[in-house]
Amino acid sequence: MDMPIRVLVAKPGLDGHDRGAKVIARSLRDAGMEVIYTGLRQTPEQIVAAAIQEDVDVVAMSILSGAHNHLFPKVVNLLKEQGADDILIIGGGVIPEDDIPELKKSGVKAIFTPGTSTKDVVKYIENHIKR
Amino acid sequence: MFNDNEIINIKESKKKWESEVVDKAIKRFPERKEKFSTVSDIEVDRLYTPENMENSDYEKDLGYPGKYPYTRGVQPTMYRGRLWTMRQYAGFATAEESNKRYKYLLEQGQTGLSVAFDLPTQIGYDSDHSLSAGEVGKVGVAIDSLKDMEILFNGIPLDKVSTSMTINAPASVLLAMYIAVAEKQGVSQDKLRGTIQNDILKEYIARGTYIFPPEPSMRLITDIFEYCSKNVPKWNTISISGYHIREAGATAIQEVAFTLADGIAYVEAAIETGLDVDDFAPRLSFFFNAHNNLLEEIAKYRAARRIWAKIMKNRFKAKNEKSMKLKFHTQTAGCTLTAQQPDNNIIRVTVQALAAVLGGTQSLHTNSRDEALALPSEESVRIALRTQQVLAYESGVTETIDPLAGSYYIESLTDQIEEEAMKYIEKIDELGGMPQAVEKGYVQKEIQNSSYKYQMEVESNERIVVGVNKFQTEEKHHEDILKVDPEVERLQKEKINKLKSTRNNDEVKKNLANLKKLAKTDENLMPYILSAVKSYATLGEICDVLRSVFGEYEQSVIL
Repeated sequence: MDMPIRVLVAKPGLDGHDRGAKVIARSLRDAGMEVIYTGLRQTPEQIVAAAIQEDVDVVAMSILSGAHNHLFPKVVNLLKEQGADDILIIGGGVIPEDDIPELKKSGVKAIFTPGTSTKDVVKYIENHIKR
Repeated sequence: MFNDNEIINIKESKKKWESEVVDKAIKRFPERKEKFSTVSDIEVDRLYTPENMENSDYEKDLGYPGKYPYTRGVQPTMYRGRLWTMRQYAGFATAEESNKRYKYLLEQGQTGLSVAFDLPTQIGYDSDHSLSAGEVGKVGVAIDSLKDMEILFNGIPLDKVSTSMTINAPASVLLAMYIAVAEKQGVSQDKLRGTIQNDILKEYIARGTYIFPPEPSMRLITDIFEYCSKNVPKWNTISISGYHIREAGATAIQEVAFTLADGIAYVEAAIETGLDVDDFAPRLSFFFNAHNNLLEEIAKYRAARRIWAKIMKNRFKAKNEKSMKLKFHTQTAGCTLTAQQPDNNIIRVTVQALAAVLGGTQSLHTNSRDEALALPSEESVRIALRTQQVLAYESGVTETIDPLAGSYYIESLTDQIEEEAMKYIEKIDELGGMPQAVEKGYVQKEIQNSSYKYQMEVESNERIVVGVNKFQTEEKHHEDILKVDPEVERLQKEKINKLKSTRNNDEVKKNLANLKKLAKTDENLMPYILSAVKSYATLGEICDVLRSVFGEYEQSVIL
């Protein structure tokens, strides 16, 4: 039997907007995944530690404060340093399209912006995790 | 409002209309949906008639503007006397940049200021704190010390403008800075007009910029109530906010209920410290969202006014009429803005702003079309302000008070929202009040359920969002997006270093030690925070002292 996909939904930085993160967490769970939600105000170090400890397949981060260019790549690099670069990293939030190519180059595999259907996120994860 | 005979006749004739006219029409042309409902899931009937106002009593339920229960408005002449305050929430990057934007907005005819602070400021960290990295100057202006505040209001006479500051956990510190800047301008504190948000409960529920646990947080709030009632009498000491609760996904009913339940908690806390209700309640103010459903929103504001008046009069035995008046600021709903076809947001904002005006708001912020993409550009902010000006000067809705009163639907919806919101308030009372309901995760869970349901309705196309799940077009690249220069963080750090090497550090140390000592007692902390601020202690230093005494709030994760 296939093990369910494990996802860490994380809120890096000081941003308190968690409506999107919680909706995503719940819809991934409804799609049969195991979801761990970090709660607010996580440092990149805390997120990476949780991802490794929980042995997740996916880290899904949400930022609406504009700090994504700083915080997303930091999480990617720390995961690499820990040898956990098989984890699929995705992000979402209010992220200007001009920032997306650079974020992808840094190792965030997909960026989901406002208006995304939760079904598209589920599909993306199912098609892109490394197992 | 109608006598029994009239109601009986109307009920009969309505039945007749349904069987003879409607049924036939439906057979040929079925209605678009089986069930119609508001965006908050209140079922909407085909037609409202006097039978929906069967139990309504004009004098008791509606009355007159400026008279209890204020359903029709808190001022006797409303917008015939003075238009609402047009107040655009703004602030980004450095104090210098934001000062320029404020002056621009005032030149464009804005009538009040509304300061947005960046997240480190809102959570009591200086720009050089490790947790501030990447956040400095992003969602608002970075304020580290009185020096920044002096720059922020440079050339803006504080006795002439009213200023709203969206600041919660460290509200006393920012208010102290404002008082200190005014003093330097030669303006005494009793002349200051404005509002601090200062609403910690909704931070735990929905917004996330908390610092301290509930008990010391409530103490800081009641300290402000007491200090301002004696020294800054024209200042609104709190803005009890439903806005963020709604943004987190609550329905209109939940927005009203949870906001007023927060209000009840603040009033109880203040009374418990020995304040008389009529000493502080006239300075309480509220802040609501304006969502898409025009008529439901109008009814929401009217219901909120009536419930609050009754609570203040009956539950808290207020004597002063001012204590019973629910005055509120409104902001259009950020969560309704779409990244797709962003110009459509101008129309959404217009409808939402119209709801706020027809609902009798005292001040208004209209969102900019590009806020689902980034911080708003100057051009977008101008269009948003012009939207208010068109409503105010061209639409005619300002010429008579509460023009939708008496509409069978509006009155019925107002009653329904009141009734349903009261059920929530009673439930929260049963749980032991709002702080306990939040601790138990009850409120958060209710909101999350609503938000998830809404999202699923959009995804199944039960709810249409124009440009998102219907009428899509190819998106073009969006030019003219405002970006905050990452240099801001470096500049702020430089300013802090310079400040710390030029200020009188002995005095700072003395003031901080004193504040620490008194934080452990139940003395009012405002005067000591004011002294610390005046000696150029930084926001981070002051909050660290309070953290060391009060501890920090640990969020319980509810999913």
